[in-house]
Amino acid sequence: MSQPAYREIIGNGLWKQNTGVVQLLGMCPLLAISTSVVNAVSLGLATALVMAASNGAISLIRNLVPKEIRIAVFILIIAALVTAIQLALNAFVHPLYLVLGIFIPLITTNCIVLARTEAFASKNRFMPSVVDGFMMGLGLTLVLVVLGGLRELVGKGTLLSGIDLVFGATSKAWVWHVLPDYKGFLLAVLPPGAFFGLGLLIAGKNWYEQRAARANATIPISLAPHA
Amino acid sequence: MAFISNTSSVSSVMLKVLFALIPAIAIYQLYFGPAILVELALASITAILAETLILRVRRLPVMPFLMDGSALVTAWLLALSMPPLAPWWLIVIATLFAIIIAKHLYGGLGNNLFNPAMVGYAVMLISFPAHMTQWPAVEGLAHAHLSFGETLRFIFGGDLPASMRLDALTMATPLDTLRTQLLLGRPVQDISAMPVFGYIGGKGSELIALAYLAGGTYLLQQRIITWHIPAAFIGSLALLAFGFNAFDSARYVAPWFHLATSSAMLGAFFIATDPVSGATTPKGKIIFGASIGALVYVIRTWGGYPDGVAFAVLIMNMCVPLIDAFTQPRVFGHDKKKP
Repeated sequence: MSQPAYREIIGNGLWKQNTGVVQLLGMCPLLAISTSVVNAVSLGLATALVMAASNGAISLIRNLVPKEIRIAVFILIIAALVTAIQLALNAFVHPLYLVLGIFIPLITTNCIVLARTEAFASKNRFMPSVVDGFMMGLGLTLVLVVLGGLRELVGKGTLLSGIDLVFGATSKAWVWHVLPDYKGFLLAVLPPGAFFGLGLLIAGKNWYEQRAARANATIPISLAPHA
Repeated sequence: MAFISNTSSVSSVMLKVLFALIPAIAIYQLYFGPAILVELALASITAILAETLILRVRRLPVMPFLMDGSALVTAWLLALSMPPLAPWWLIVIATLFAIIIAKHLYGGLGNNLFNPAMVGYAVMLISFPAHMTQWPAVEGLAHAHLSFGETLRFIFGGDLPASMRLDALTMATPLDTLRTQLLLGRPVQDISAMPVFGYIGGKGSELIALAYLAGGTYLLQQRIITWHIPAAFIGSLALLAFGFNAFDSARYVAPWFHLATSSAMLGAFFIATDPVSGATTPKGKIIFGASIGALVYVIRTWGGYPDGVAFAVLIMNMCVPLIDAFTQPRVFGHDKKKP
């Protein structure tokens, strides 16, 4: 099997096959955790790390695992890696760990992680698999950040609130009150806001791509010979 | 509206709906002050601007769609549902949400899954609970009065005349009073002797409910709505209320109180009968209306909010595709058992 180029892997992960707005995988953490930028980045990066590690590990053993039990083996490896990440978060950024709560262990069941190991890592060499896992995770992080920023801004009028959970109390001053004296549009922070926000993001991406496709398509079509 | 006669267009239907609301608006402003007129104007202007904007964005012809009047109906229903003594941005955001997101992003008139006015209302109720309970006190119970100019200044600037506090102008609605007093353990008989209650329902609001009933009867007579949804809505609400009231009249309020709330009448005749988001088959309409009535009773009696018309309508909107699919009438010439 031919190995895909890194350029293509990166493009797929960040944009063309973006997990959040194209594949629509991993919706549960995406919708639940995107209430603020800090939460979004934290969970996104944790997922990206798990994905890079699990893709790499599974790529190494891909020829040793019998086909019939591969899913069980993959999940076992993913669960072990997630446990490692969970313990690390608990040890080094405990307040953030408390906020993200159940969604860290739930990375194991995030279908995007298993989907990439199955679809990519089980068929490709080590390095491309690691890059693919990390880029897919980064693509998810990107969507999480935009959605988190949107919801935080509309819902609370701030950005980066809760940053002190990561960098300690001194960083509390970094919180950016974009709209001072803002009443807060509660719906954006509540679950419906996540669905509306994600719907708008998907619509936005489709609109952008359709417009780009139209702009590219006008000349070739007018000059194309009749088939 | 399945019963539109061939001669009437969407626009004349919508005009008649607006016309049917006028008596209720007149009584509303008589009993609760001129704020409702400001609210109606704000909602109407916002709705027309939003509709024009989104039609432009969607590259649809503006005038034909704007002239159908459906945006105005949404705006009026919203204005009549929301507390009138609220800051101007409350009704403006509600209308924008209703027209742009609930109506047009779901495909525009004819395609929207949810009743736009109720989406706008529910979004505001969830997002701004404090502002959404600023109901004006009824004429005769208010400790202070606002003139038209003072009302304008309050809605747009938040300024009250000196020596006047917001508490003097607002009070809990009858349904809210009933709910909180019941939670305090008082029997229904004592509660309904409180001044906020009128002859059978809430003081003032029972007359608005009567005016909605009259408007609804006019719509029925004009064949703009059919009897199925309002009758099923009112029937199931009354039946449930009657049953529980007969079971324990100290804990469950009388059925006529439920029927005399303006939200029930507005809901039964003007909101649940929305032809786009409601059920379309006759049998489906009865299931749809009856379920809304039952949900309203459940939410009012055991729910977290004092009233539940908006949530009941939205929940049942979700069930409409299912209801319609199961109640398809037999097509002439086809076997009864094999649809």
